[in-house]
Amino acid sequence: MKPSPFTYHRPGTTEAAVGLLTELGTDAKVLAGGQSLVPLLNMRLAAPPHLVDINQLQELNYVRATGTSPDGAGPAVVVGAAARHADVERDPAAHQALPLLRRALRHVAHPTIRNRGTTVGSIVHADPAGEMTAVLALLDGSVELRSANGSRRVGAADFFVGPLESAAEPGELAVSATFPVPPGQTGTAWLEVARRHGDYAVCGVGALVTVDADHRVVGARAAYISVDTTPVVLDLLDAVGTGPADTADWSAAGRLAASTLRPDADIHATAEYRRHLAAVLTGRALTAAALDARGRGVNHHTGETEETA
Amino acid sequence: MTTRMLGAPITRREDPRLLAGQGRYVDDIGAGALEVAFVRSPHAHARIVDIDVTDALDVQGLVAIYTHEDLPGRVGEPLPLLIPHPALTHGRTPCALAKDEVNHVGEPIVMVVATSRYLAEDACDRIRVSFDFDPPVVGIENARDGAQLVHDDVPGNVAAHLVQEVGDAAAAIDAAPNVVELDLDIERSASMPMEGKGVWARWDSDDRSLRVYTSTQASTSVRAAVAAKLGLEADRVEVVAPDVGGGFGVKIVHPWPEEILIPWAALTLGQPVKWTEDRREHFVSSAHERGQLHKVRAGFDDDGRLLGLDVTFWHDNGAYTPYGIIVPIITSTQLLGPYKPGAYRVEFFSLYTNTVPVTPYRGAGRPQGCFTMERTMDAIAQHLGLDRTVVRERNFIQPAEMPFDHGLTFQDGRPLIYDSGDYPASLEKLKKLVGWDEFEQYRTAARAEGRRVGIGLACYVEGTGVGPYEGGFVKVETDGGVVVATGLTTQGQGHQTAFAQVVADELGVPIDKVTVTTGDTRRFKYAVGTFASRAAVMSGNAIAVAARQVREKALRVAGEALEADPRDLEIVDGVVQVKGAPGSSVPLATVAVLSNPLRYAFDEETQRATQFASPADPDRPPVAEGDSPGLEGTGYYSPPRSTFANGMHAVIVETDPDTAEITVLRYCVVHDCGTLINPRIVEGQIHGGVAQGVGGALYERMVYDDAGQLLNASFMDFLMPYSTEVPAVETDHLETPSPLNPLGIKGAGEAGVIPGSAALASAIEDAEGFRITRMPISPSELHHLRVQHELASSAEKGLEA
Repeated sequence: MKPSPFTYHRPGTTEAAVGLLTELGTDAKVLAGGQSLVPLLNMRLAAPPHLVDINQLQELNYVRATGTSPDGAGPAVVVGAAARHADVERDPAAHQALPLLRRALRHVAHPTIRNRGTTVGSIVHADPAGEMTAVLALLDGSVELRSANGSRRVGAADFFVGPLESAAEPGELAVSATFPVPPGQTGTAWLEVARRHGDYAVCGVGALVTVDADHRVVGARAAYISVDTTPVVLDLLDAVGTGPADTADWSAAGRLAASTLRPDADIHATAEYRRHLAAVLTGRALTAAALDARGRGVNHHTGETEETA
Repeated sequence: MTTRMLGAPITRREDPRLLAGQGRYVDDIGAGALEVAFVRSPHAHARIVDIDVTDALDVQGLVAIYTHEDLPGRVGEPLPLLIPHPALTHGRTPCALAKDEVNHVGEPIVMVVATSRYLAEDACDRIRVSFDFDPPVVGIENARDGAQLVHDDVPGNVAAHLVQEVGDAAAAIDAAPNVVELDLDIERSASMPMEGKGVWARWDSDDRSLRVYTSTQASTSVRAAVAAKLGLEADRVEVVAPDVGGGFGVKIVHPWPEEILIPWAALTLGQPVKWTEDRREHFVSSAHERGQLHKVRAGFDDDGRLLGLDVTFWHDNGAYTPYGIIVPIITSTQLLGPYKPGAYRVEFFSLYTNTVPVTPYRGAGRPQGCFTMERTMDAIAQHLGLDRTVVRERNFIQPAEMPFDHGLTFQDGRPLIYDSGDYPASLEKLKKLVGWDEFEQYRTAARAEGRRVGIGLACYVEGTGVGPYEGGFVKVETDGGVVVATGLTTQGQGHQTAFAQVVADELGVPIDKVTVTTGDTRRFKYAVGTFASRAAVMSGNAIAVAARQVREKALRVAGEALEADPRDLEIVDGVVQVKGAPGSSVPLATVAVLSNPLRYAFDEETQRATQFASPADPDRPPVAEGDSPGLEGTGYYSPPRSTFANGMHAVIVETDPDTAEITVLRYCVVHDCGTLINPRIVEGQIHGGVAQGVGGALYERMVYDDAGQLLNASFMDFLMPYSTEVPAVETDHLETPSPLNPLGIKGAGEAGVIPGSAALASAIEDAEGFRITRMPISPSELHHLRVQHELASSAEKGLEA
């Protein structure tokens, strides 16, 4: 478990990093937190001749809750490529603006891994079991890619191309991810079942429920991890209907999700069990998100409702 | 009076060093040594056609490449079969590097030596091995079927077949008013110590001696093996187990191929050579355990008392049998637990598969046996509508029946005779601890909240402290320090603390004066090893014997100095004094000086000692005949047979009615390992064992595909429980001293892991209301069992309608 030989680069500026990536093309891999890449290198499952370490790029080390997102839309949380999961998880302004980030990040591995791993890195890694890929997809977020030719912004729907495959091209550096704050009176929740605390989810669901002033449901969406080759987002409003949130049939959304999703089996779970979990977790997550939309949360361990921040 | 140390829950003296990162493991030793990496078989069953190393030759830093044909004489012969048995008619062991064929993924084929591990791996990547493929045999059913063979000359893949019978079990069962039959299945897991294997070796051409550091549980035996294989005198070989990061059984096997190859390379190349196993290697090239299928028939009366028990099981021994058939023998004898089985017949087949070899892992066949017996007890209780504890009580061997002879032969070749134990008292303690009789109220309350809970229990008896012997050396230095050595190794058991407690009491010295060395053949040459829950029993008693010799000599020498009868002397806080007259005293340090009539005084203690020196008798030799210089003693302990510890676990689980997630709410342990040297260490052993028990029950399995590839050879997919998955363990002790040894102790090392799968299966079954026959169980599997059960019961209802 020692990596193949590689050349290590540690540029001091984003411009230099982009220059190196342009020059090296497919021979280079970006090293950020290294929590996925380094094990792949050590097991010689990947053997890139060059590593471009972006940990020195202080200008990419930020978490910003902004009133206007970089693409000119509404409020958002913008995360720079050098920011750790833990930075996002603990950022009070980001949590205030978008509580879903912290809720999902608590399921990303363990604190020691979140202290090193980067949020943008995990999105570019595009693991279909990665929580932050689904959060980005659920919120209709985007990734800013920079290359020698300038910048381009790719929406989540187009960014996740396949398992461990994103829209980032050789020569491009993902410099930030933008998580838009959903409009209206919206609540969110993140639930997952994993074999052990912090493991890749057997199935994970992020939910987003929007209610109007009368607490009637006007939006219900869910995003799923570990059920397909990319994160999957389902609009479940039709299944739930636009009735009062308190009496909505969230389990109908679960049934729809189960009949729509096409998960695979692996050594930890059958496809059927994953579908079953998707149904159960969809119902639970939408229920929790609806409560969240009303400023009430539900603790799934105690079954008690509690105030949410 | 000195505070009594035996039984005191003092903190472990080794921990500050280990926790502060000051441990020295094999990989910390010998910087600058050449490093080794192996090309291991990527195939489960194949013949080696060609090995082409051409491309590897220009890797910078490459020192040597070795294949089987480079290994001279005994180095290239098959490795020893450590524990032969008449029933093991077809034992097979591998060569240190594969000769002509490979029988499991991970078998070493080529050894590469380079100036670093990185470069050695670069060279490995460039070596091309071509194979002719044979169909692999994977899984017990395929092995049993025998259509494909692992070894051409082993018909039916049967390495061993053994039957033991007491009474006529078939007749007893046929005549019984009630019979249950069960098919029970336990999957593979593995020891998985935090530190894998590792070997460092250096040949000293001036001294003509070889020093080997290896992460082993049996350094003296590695020494014997290395000496024999390399054709060296044993006295020219020193084997040291430095700090060892866990063993759990996998490091008893000796010699591992690498324990021969690394010393041989060091000798051949004349340079220090080292190999550190990485995790991926450990998964596919060390050892696994646990995989067995069991078929049970039990006949019992209307009170639930066993009349006859017939168990047949099939044991997956993997590709080779380096450690004999110890595991299935233990299952076959220890599954009886604390019960009288009536007539008993047990039969097992030990089968080859093209998978990693199987050798003992903590518990060593007992978890399977306990699972088999305890599932049977629960089935009897269910059959008769009796409380599960009542059925167990009715089958217990009673304290008055001790010693109890089962009429069987145990793993050590000795009769299976329980020496002591009070099972009814243990169960009473357990019921109280877990609140067994109040559980139905709790279940009802939980049900009202929509929660599903269940309670289970399991009992076991563990033969511990197997022979043949261990030794101990105790020496008082002239500064009053006490040096203790024993040959067996330490891999986390707290020997630095427990053995020092024994010596502190026996010798009357403060514990901080005592230093313990283990597993170093330079310090103690005769030993067996640390396994089978034997170290405290064997070395604890041997060290006590040695300490008593030292005490006796100290009293004799001090008696001469103090002109007192040794019988009037006592040793308190390291000072020999006249009982009742503490003014008349001499420190042990001084006694140590007096015990060694040297001409020279190196220090103040020696000078001070001269005032006590007896007037020299010119006609007497300074060291009397039969005496020896120094205040030291060497003692051995060799028991007639094993001593039997026991314990009982109760567990409360909650299963999510929707997601089928399984949560352990409470885990209670009552444990009886005789006299406790250190209750804190025993509790630590129990906690660690329970963690592995929970792992084996709910998380761990070795997932082989049909081609013999291990699909989860990493900690990402092989799910050892994290601290977040291990429940808080509530413990209570019963101390039934063993009559077999002076200290009255029984082993405690393996106990905690034994009933894990049995207790958790019992609790999950209780929560779900349908029978659990396979462990481990995952949420996915529990979900499918629910679906099957619902289908079956709705079909039943349909029939009724």
